[in-house]
Amino acid sequence: MYVSPDVSKAAIALMTDPILSLDGITKIFPGVRALSDVKLDLYPGQVTALVGENGAGKSTIVKVLTGIYQPEEGTIRVDGQETHFPTAQHAADAGITAIHQETVLFDELSVAENIYIGHAPRGKYGLIDTARMRRDATELLDRVGAEIDPAVPLKELGIANKHLVAISRALSIDARVVIMDEPTAALSQKEIEELYELVDRLKAEGKAILFISHKFDEIFRIADRYTVFRDGQYVGAGAMADITEDDLVRLMVGRSVENIFPERNATPGEELLQVSSYSHPTEFENISFTLRKGEILGFYGLVGAGRSEVMQALFGITKPSGGTLTVDGQVRQIRSTAEAVEAGIVYVPEDRGKQGAIIGMPIFKNVTLPSLDRTSKNGFTRLAEEFALARTYTERLDLRAASLDQDVGNLSGGNQQKVVIAKWLATEPKIIILDEPTKGIDIGSKAAVHAFTAELAAQGLAVIMVSSEIPEIVGMSDRVIVMREGRMVAELAGDEVTPETLVRHAAGISEGSA
Amino acid sequence: MMPQLLKSREAILLAAILALLAIIASRFPAYVEPGNLINVFNDTSTLIILAMGQMCVILTRCIDLSVAANVALTGMVVATLNTLMPGLPVVAILVVALVLGACLGAVNGLLVWKLQIPAIVVTLGTMTIFRGIVFLISDGKWINAHEMSAGFKDFPRMEIAGLPMLSWIAVLVVICFVVMINRTPLGRSFFAVGGNPNAAVYTGIDVGRTQFLAFTISGMMAGLTGYLWVSRFAVAYVDIAGGFELEVVAACVIGGISIAGGVGSVAGTLLGALFLGVIKNALPVVNISPFWQLAISGSAIIIAVAFNAQSSRTKGRVILKSAEHTA
Repeated sequence: MYVSPDVSKAAIALMTDPILSLDGITKIFPGVRALSDVKLDLYPGQVTALVGENGAGKSTIVKVLTGIYQPEEGTIRVDGQETHFPTAQHAADAGITAIHQETVLFDELSVAENIYIGHAPRGKYGLIDTARMRRDATELLDRVGAEIDPAVPLKELGIANKHLVAISRALSIDARVVIMDEPTAALSQKEIEELYELVDRLKAEGKAILFISHKFDEIFRIADRYTVFRDGQYVGAGAMADITEDDLVRLMVGRSVENIFPERNATPGEELLQVSSYSHPTEFENISFTLRKGEILGFYGLVGAGRSEVMQALFGITKPSGGTLTVDGQVRQIRSTAEAVEAGIVYVPEDRGKQGAIIGMPIFKNVTLPSLDRTSKNGFTRLAEEFALARTYTERLDLRAASLDQDVGNLSGGNQQKVVIAKWLATEPKIIILDEPTKGIDIGSKAAVHAFTAELAAQGLAVIMVSSEIPEIVGMSDRVIVMREGRMVAELAGDEVTPETLVRHAAGISEGSA
Repeated sequence: MMPQLLKSREAILLAAILALLAIIASRFPAYVEPGNLINVFNDTSTLIILAMGQMCVILTRCIDLSVAANVALTGMVVATLNTLMPGLPVVAILVVALVLGACLGAVNGLLVWKLQIPAIVVTLGTMTIFRGIVFLISDGKWINAHEMSAGFKDFPRMEIAGLPMLSWIAVLVVICFVVMINRTPLGRSFFAVGGNPNAAVYTGIDVGRTQFLAFTISGMMAGLTGYLWVSRFAVAYVDIAGGFELEVVAACVIGGISIAGGVGSVAGTLLGALFLGVIKNALPVVNISPFWQLAISGSAIIIAVAFNAQSSRTKGRVILKSAEHTA
């Protein structure tokens, strides 16, 4: 249990006035209420941790804060004055700056140019004063404790140093509010410690800091306050000193998972897939699991835990460095996607726009693309067979389109998803991997995807479902594997699958620490 | 389902060609006489054959700048072969030209596939290398008509049903490509690879291998053209078909093959080549310097690309449910 060394600090902190105050913010996207009446206060010289599951609305509020999204309702106050940020420039002018997960800087430019791009010091005739820019940049880098030559191109720096450059940039525009979106996600332990020191220094300078992180240890290490969002709603806020890890987890995941998932009572059949000690030099190691016919196996973990990477190796996109894979008792070496499809494994990727459908091609050609062997005769494709195959599977998924000859690009996101799934079902697979199957689609379509996933399992297909949404994992899976930092950290079944245990394992909170 | 032949772009291009012919005919009626039109088609045949191969390459998001150099090299090799072995039948010459051309194309394809070098860099390099090899083989000398055997020179001129063999070969090539592009898994994978390489990988298509095959096909067409070119003009030298690769790319682009890959049709490519062919043959007739041809085909490319950009811009995203059904 965390006992605050300094309870009075929290009390004092509560008395200051916030620099930035959001109230009643609502942001609606077509079909989705991303934020609904949320509030968030940021105080000078304090770190506020924003906590919530994936899809809780954290990135959306960051985009509202930085002027990228305009909220439908609600007020933004800076120093008590009501204001609004119609563009990103307005937010920057108000002294708000964000350091993103993947820093948005320019690799080919020098460090100094990166720091001063857009507001470089000008000399004679309005030309950029390079000498002064170098001098000022050196000074700023010193202030954040970075030993970086401002003249080197950014691409030569590691991620930690790129963060420092981003922070120097924030200081150069005299930011008062610094937003850090999972800044430690890609850092080593030593670099993380250095970042904490820097955060402390920024606090001492009176900056208000919004710190977004999934890692509980660091939240408790550096935050003064917390604010919790769940499903786009504000659930609570307070001083870190007054809350335990357990209570914070409970606030994050809510009480119960609503019973909106399809009933599933079929018992899984015989073992179909065995993966043992699958490893990759840099992405994951020692992944071992089995999968039965008719079973839905959930893969849960934080973004970047290596789940998709494992799936890509199973599907032959990347090559594992070790381990074996057995389908139906037969050892398979999967070196290409074609071999995976032949082994009966198919993969519906997360990024459907980039990896799923071929936009400029008609629906039926997309559907038959991996099945052309079956619709061809003597090496020539036969249109009638292609149409028949495409019709069978698109009808099964209730795809709404004027004609199968229509380009996929003319379909809505939900229907494009159906084309991709139909494409794979047409290959008559044994194992289907769904990577974030409901990401970015509206609630109505989500229910349809869930019902459909349950139906696939009922028909004897073995399903692997990678998802970052806890309700979906809990509501759909027979068993769940939790991954953290490229390793399997838990395999849960039955009553063990609860939102709390999932979050604990994924975030690396040890049992009974509270 | 109507074939893609009547899609707007092809229809517009056909109308443009007909309008062009009508304008020329209004002042020089002799130009549209059947005999002359056959000549125009025969003149354009080499462009058509090369454009078909190039179309495959561009569909896969690559470009083959080495086709004209490939023509020169294969042409020189078969011409040399003919001088050394005058008795070799034309069929054997054709096989040599096709195989050699395909091998040269395969070199491009392998570099793109295995070493992942951008196609424009690879073919820019091999373009120069191929020309250099022509020089090495020939020592810079010409092989002239009197050194070639009669059979070698006569083949492209043989007339069947009033049409020279050269034209018949172009017709045959177009038919083969119509079938391959529209009716084989390979043709389909060209579109998939160019339309969305990522998705193609996830579908189980080997992107590099598909590009390799496109280059090999393009090289094979260049090899075929190499023999036809040398025998038709009855001369082989280093600079044969110099700069012709740009005309080939132009025919594809005018014909609506998207330079970004994944979009296009055989009919469009054929019409693109014919469009350039009609202009090229009409200019001397209407007494305009052939140098204008460069400016005119350049303008045609820009207009075609601008037209492409325009038609894709007006589309926009489909968000409305109702738009999905009318699209």
